[in-house]
Amino acid sequence: MAIELNGKSYETDEEGYLENLADWDPDIAKVMAELDDCDLSENHWEVINFLREYYEEYQIAPAVRVLTKAIGKKLGKDKGNSKYLYELYPYGPAKQACKYAGLPKPTGCV
Amino acid sequence: MATLNIVNKSPFEKRTLEQCLSRIAEGDSVLLIEDASVVAVTGTAYAELLSGCAQKLYVLSPDLAARGLTDKELLGTMTAVDYPGFVELVTEHERVHSWL
Amino acid sequence: MEDEYEGGVVKKFLYVNRRAPHGTVYALESLETVLIGAAFDQDVSVLFIDDGVFQLKKQQQPEGIEVKNFSKTFRALEMYDVEQLFVESESLAERGLSEDDLLVDVELVSRASVHELVDQQDVILSF
Repeated sequence: MAIELNGKSYETDEEGYLENLADWDPDIAKVMAELDDCDLSENHWEVINFLREYYEEYQIAPAVRVLTKAIGKKLGKDKGNSKYLYELYPYGPAKQACKYAGLPKPTGCV
Repeated sequence: MATLNIVNKSPFEKRTLEQCLSRIAEGDSVLLIEDASVVAVTGTAYAELLSGCAQKLYVLSPDLAARGLTDKELLGTMTAVDYPGFVELVTEHERVHSWL
Repeated sequence: MEDEYEGGVVKKFLYVNRRAPHGTVYALESLETVLIGAAFDQDVSVLFIDDGVFQLKKQQQPEGIEVKNFSKTFRALEMYDVEQLFVESESLAERGLSEDDLLVDVELVSRASVHELVDQQDVILSF
């Protein structure tokens, strides 16, 4: 599979995760979100940016439980909970947001 | 409490056997399989070390036979087991530690 | 994920790391398995002995050999509730290393006491 953007093609795996981390830019996230009928708001971007920083620091896409806890620490309790994150990312906050952030699927997600 | 430790590398090639022996308790057991089986018999450079072991030592006989070593005398501290014996050892111990 | 496994069986897992990173795939595979064990809410501890202590060495820069720097991931283990990282003092000393060379906080254990740690476990996974 691949994502087409500005005449360029970006390889993804069968679930739509970007093959090459370095290919990512915000426009790719937008295209991925459009494919899921998801309109990216400020709050969505906050999670995507958080995930990119997390990956940079730990070289890993966090499991949903870890993501929720870490978001709570950084952005406050009203955002660090399953309800808030699932409303933003109904397909699963770790899985869906990691995809838009260009990260691999989180380890431990089956 | 007891652990069955399984070693599959020849001590002439890798130090796994000695590394295992330095970290286990007296009540634990060691089973030599695959290339580790070559030191289950008398006359090797490891005979003294293995004869002085407080642990119960076992060797998987098909591995010994495969290497043509059944014509040698087993170390006094060594017990040969077949595949059903291997399974029995696993069930008799609380956990298995396979040293890679 | 957490809810799905609530009330499931929790076992004590000890992952034993005995190999240096990067030369073989063992260290990375072990780390991934540790994360999976933790994601399934198991009681996970990790023990570093022999060349395994090199996995926790600070300042790893494997980019030059085109390998991912997964040593950074050890710092994330605490967030996965893997808080018990044990390192054998003799293995460190033999390799000219000390606790200060390590990139995470660990608990030091002696070679003679390793079996006591093993005795507390339900499952041992060696890498």
